[in-house]
Amino acid sequence: MAGIRIAPEDEGLKRNVLTTTVDRMLAWARSSSVWPVQFGLACCAIEMIATTTSKFDIARFGMEAFRASPRQSDLMIVAGRVSQKMAPVVRHIYEQMLEPKWVIAMGDCASCGGVYNNYALVQGVDKIVPVDVYVAGCPPRPEALLYGLMKLQEKIREQGRAGTFRREPVSVR
Amino acid sequence: MRGAADLTPVQAFLQDCLGEAVLEVHRFRQDATVLVSPERILDALAAVREDPWRFVMLTDLTAWDRYPAEPRFEVVYHLLSLERRERLRIKTRVPSHDPVLPTAVPLFRGANWFERELWDLFGIRFHGHPDLTRILMPDDWEGHPLRKDYPLTEEPVEFKGHVPKVPSEIIPYVPPPRRDDP
Amino acid sequence: MITRETITINMGPQHPSTHGVLRLVLELEGEVVVSCKPVIGYLHTGIEKEMEYRTYHQNITLVDRIEYLSSYHEELAYCLAVEKLLGIDVPKRAQYIRVIMAELNRIASHLVWLGTSALDLNVSSLLMYCFRDREEIMELSEIVSGQRMMPGYFRIGGVQQDLPEEFFPRVRRFLDEFPRRLEEYEALLTHNLVWRERNEGVAVLRPEDALAYGVTGPVLRGSGIAYDVRKAFPYSSYDEFEFDVPLGKNGDAYDRYLVRMEEMRQSRRIVLQALDRLPEGPVLIDDRKVALPPRRELVRSMEAVIHQFKLVSEGIHPPKGEAYAAVESPRGEKGYYIVSDGSNRPVRVRVRSPSFSNLQALPVMVQGGMLADVVVAIASIDIVLGDVDR
Repeated sequence: MAGIRIAPEDEGLKRNVLTTTVDRMLAWARSSSVWPVQFGLACCAIEMIATTTSKFDIARFGMEAFRASPRQSDLMIVAGRVSQKMAPVVRHIYEQMLEPKWVIAMGDCASCGGVYNNYALVQGVDKIVPVDVYVAGCPPRPEALLYGLMKLQEKIREQGRAGTFRREPVSVR
Repeated sequence: MRGAADLTPVQAFLQDCLGEAVLEVHRFRQDATVLVSPERILDALAAVREDPWRFVMLTDLTAWDRYPAEPRFEVVYHLLSLERRERLRIKTRVPSHDPVLPTAVPLFRGANWFERELWDLFGIRFHGHPDLTRILMPDDWEGHPLRKDYPLTEEPVEFKGHVPKVPSEIIPYVPPPRRDDP
Repeated sequence: MITRETITINMGPQHPSTHGVLRLVLELEGEVVVSCKPVIGYLHTGIEKEMEYRTYHQNITLVDRIEYLSSYHEELAYCLAVEKLLGIDVPKRAQYIRVIMAELNRIASHLVWLGTSALDLNVSSLLMYCFRDREEIMELSEIVSGQRMMPGYFRIGGVQQDLPEEFFPRVRRFLDEFPRRLEEYEALLTHNLVWRERNEGVAVLRPEDALAYGVTGPVLRGSGIAYDVRKAFPYSSYDEFEFDVPLGKNGDAYDRYLVRMEEMRQSRRIVLQALDRLPEGPVLIDDRKVALPPRRELVRSMEAVIHQFKLVSEGIHPPKGEAYAAVESPRGEKGYYIVSDGSNRPVRVRVRSPSFSNLQALPVMVQGGMLADVVVAIASIDIVLGDVDR
């Protein structure tokens, strides 16, 4: 409500009119209806599915619409280990998504290679795509993934406040 | 190491049937194992598939690298007889300079992907295979990962205050103990 | 002149209905599938090579993650193979605990299969119901081992710790309610016209083909061949329990569905028997060269401290040789072939994965069928890509 001067006879307006910036509006809309793309790779995908089911209910965050097509989604939750053969596919799917887009690296394998350190796996999906939130765990509990998603929502709203598109990752323990 | 006291009937049959080609026969922890020379491996598989043995299912076809011992690769066929509820392991060894075996696909169709996996991971070729291409690694991968001279390709992990280590060195390799154990 | 051409389409690694990162290259003539070529390897993790660089105990954490929906069966198979190599016996109480956890895991795995298969055919509410029941089993797993998935609970020589007190009333409550839940799911699907139309006669696998490809598990039993590792080569006291092994007749997707529903009932039967007859005793073998000593001994005995140190910093040294042990996982025969040279690391650990062999039979199942039946076929085989690619 900064910078708006209201005349005394229009005091009632203050109770009925809310002013904000366009960036904040967009950030509020974007953060409340993030649509992930179906990208479950391995074990973390099962916990991701468990997050969508009724006990943990991702729908209360507006994210139950997991789109099959990357063109229609905003968020890529890389859930699982990324092998050398799958790495070009991850990049391809990421590039097909439209801006603004975000990436959550779910699980230890996607964050840093996890339990495995060998010829077959990419040690962390941030070698291929820029990651916004890392959710640690092997596999992370559905509550951990929800916390990561809430952190992502905070990050999106901050982008609205700051008006910039910051790309520093936030780590969740 | 020919013949121990308690060979199974099928092991005795293979010894009679193939004679010189059976290099080793033993039972370790109740697993019946027969080591056959590579030229007669298909004969061995076909012989045990017939009546009365009926080892009709090839449950597994795998190999391991005995580097630096020669012959280098030991290819292992695990067979199963459903009616007799019996398992059999038939092994053969191929050298490193020419690791070729005849394909078992005409006998067991399921050997198709197993042999592709062995080509991919070990470099063992199967003569007569319909489509011997890589199956697990990307198509343009070089090298055969499960060989002992192929490195694990670990990234060193930073530990606070210590020299960066690779995870497999945290508990290092300890060779077999020098004991006269039975 | 009319020419006929086939279209080649790619059912890519990222697809809602492939149950993981499976790629199918399908050649279609209209809607009819002329040929199907699965391309795998998108989840190849190099676990078998990784296991050659770790000790036998460290590998228990790695094997959990191969067939991630049935981790207890993986651990069981691995521990059985190492115990066979060592030639040791596991205490009776530990064997019964292993059976209980494995059968609960089978129920959980079949619930995931049911939920995701139904989701493929647009019965999306069933996914929520099945996962609700699975959550109960996940909580039981958490009570027992501390983790929902990837428990790391079985050890070489037994299990890590005894079942806590709060496990027993909870599992009995779950098992009491479970038949009613199963009846609800069957009421929804079994005689449902749409479900039957889409599953009967679809993805037929003849018994000869199943044997030729080395198919095991509910897919083989759906084709009419009665082979269950628990009955053929009993392990971990399974011969002391009474249970039936359901068989199908036609080898189509509907028979596999019926087989798995009945298997869930039989698993419940086994768990109830095991709970009723659970013997007292230790849960970990007493051999200090194989299993860690209990913590309270460490304050009293120097020898225990030395054994603990040796086991943790060096590991066990099985004798030189090889062993193969198999269990009946929810997907089929899961076997471990371990070669040892006497050192503290295995020379070769080979995972005989049931999904690898079952998937090889997919082209035979979908040949000549419709494109929409490919989805049903993949769902009815119940593959786990981590198991296929290792």
